[in-house]
Amino acid sequence: MVSWFNIFREYLPSFLQGAAVTLELTAVGLLIGFVLGLGLAVARTYGPKWLRVIAIGYLELFRGTPLLVQLFLIYYGLPSLGLTLSQTLSAYLALGLNSAAYQAEYFRGAIQSIGESQMTAGRAIGLSRWKTIWYVILPQALRLVIPAWSNEPISLLKTTAVVFLIAVQDLMAKAKRAATDTYDPISSYLAVAVVYLVMVFILNEVLKYLERKSRIPGFEMESKKT
Amino acid sequence: MSQPILTIKNLTKKYGENVVFHDINLSVNEGDTIVIIGPSGTGKSTLLRCINLLTRSDAGEIWLDDKEITCKECDEDKVRQHIGMVFQNFLLFNHLTALENVRLGLTRVKHMNPADAQLKAMQELERVGLQDRAGHYPGQLSGGQQQRVAIARALAMDPRVMLFDEPTSALDPELIGEVLEVMRKLALEGMTMLVVTHEMGFAREVADRIVFLEKGSIVEEGSPNDLFYHPKNERTREFLWKITELYGKKDTEQGNG
Repeated sequence: MVSWFNIFREYLPSFLQGAAVTLELTAVGLLIGFVLGLGLAVARTYGPKWLRVIAIGYLELFRGTPLLVQLFLIYYGLPSLGLTLSQTLSAYLALGLNSAAYQAEYFRGAIQSIGESQMTAGRAIGLSRWKTIWYVILPQALRLVIPAWSNEPISLLKTTAVVFLIAVQDLMAKAKRAATDTYDPISSYLAVAVVYLVMVFILNEVLKYLERKSRIPGFEMESKKT
Repeated sequence: MSQPILTIKNLTKKYGENVVFHDINLSVNEGDTIVIIGPSGTGKSTLLRCINLLTRSDAGEIWLDDKEITCKECDEDKVRQHIGMVFQNFLLFNHLTALENVRLGLTRVKHMNPADAQLKAMQELERVGLQDRAGHYPGQLSGGQQQRVAIARALAMDPRVMLFDEPTSALDPELIGEVLEVMRKLALEGMTMLVVTHEMGFAREVADRIVFLEKGSIVEEGSPNDLFYHPKNERTREFLWKITELYGKKDTEQGNG
């Protein structure tokens, strides 16, 4: 027990550096995934047929293959198509594209739970279809989705650990480094597990705060009725 | 004779083989209150939805102020600004306060500047007696209050015609009165209204004309007096007798007295 704590103390600066990279990867991946995922969900629910087909194809592709394969294809595969991305950029892209597929499904569920009646109400006062989606459907869907969607940032934060395989210096890479240096992999990974755990705990608190902040009196109840 | 504000010509709506209504003709003069009555499933709600273009009719025409609104190239979003609609289930925007519900159309459809929109929205809430509930969310309002906000939301667009689709059917009995009161006031102010309702007291008192719709066609139409006391059609008499028995017996007795 003492040895993991020693490693923790000794490598703390390195771990913190890695943790910063991990958080950055999580944030960027989450953001790309959010924007793209929301687009995919709207396209799949309200888009014309061809757009729905594209959206569904995207979801199948990115949820149906391992993230690691996607990451390798982007980092090692794209250069053969003439597009060479740095390690960090490849990691952002793989995480974002992958997360989008999962976030899209959360969003779609929430959008569908709002129901057609809110669309009718929006159209009835002269809002166009897209304006109704933007001003009426999405503000409600994004509130309803928070409890389920809160899985995604937490899941993504831990998923980022795969990027050390293309030598991005994230927390996992630092753990591997510590393990090699100290010849004590178990203690090293244990120390890093603690860092992940703390990050997830903080993130969870932030998400809970977000859920409380966005709550609207009577809204949850009301949306269940319609 | 005043000019008709809304004219419906040979309007037909089908769902596949199933004819919802057939060859409906109706003309509404400015300031008139028309009450549409009839058994469930006779296409009353669908008729209102067709007038507001929320549902596309299959044949026939609808004219609003000398303009056809059912043409293929008609801009339905433009048309709907001139036709207000109130739904059975209120359908307020659940994430917005009462005031924001009324204001949304003003800022996002009419592109009014925020200060004017705020003022106008507040005036519309006052019109339905809910200025002190402006900051409440739909979930914090009673059914009757929600429906009055919905009426204010529709009124804010300054519609030429207001459509009411069973506005009190989802309300507890003690909340019906406040909504009918608002509608009565509107009728007195000269708003042109088409109302689908089972509230016979309201129909008799406020309607200029009652239209009895059954099995997709107009069986009979006339003044409340004609329909209630001298119905020409046996079915009209039967229906009115039944519905009055159910909903508004007390009103009938008062009406007779």
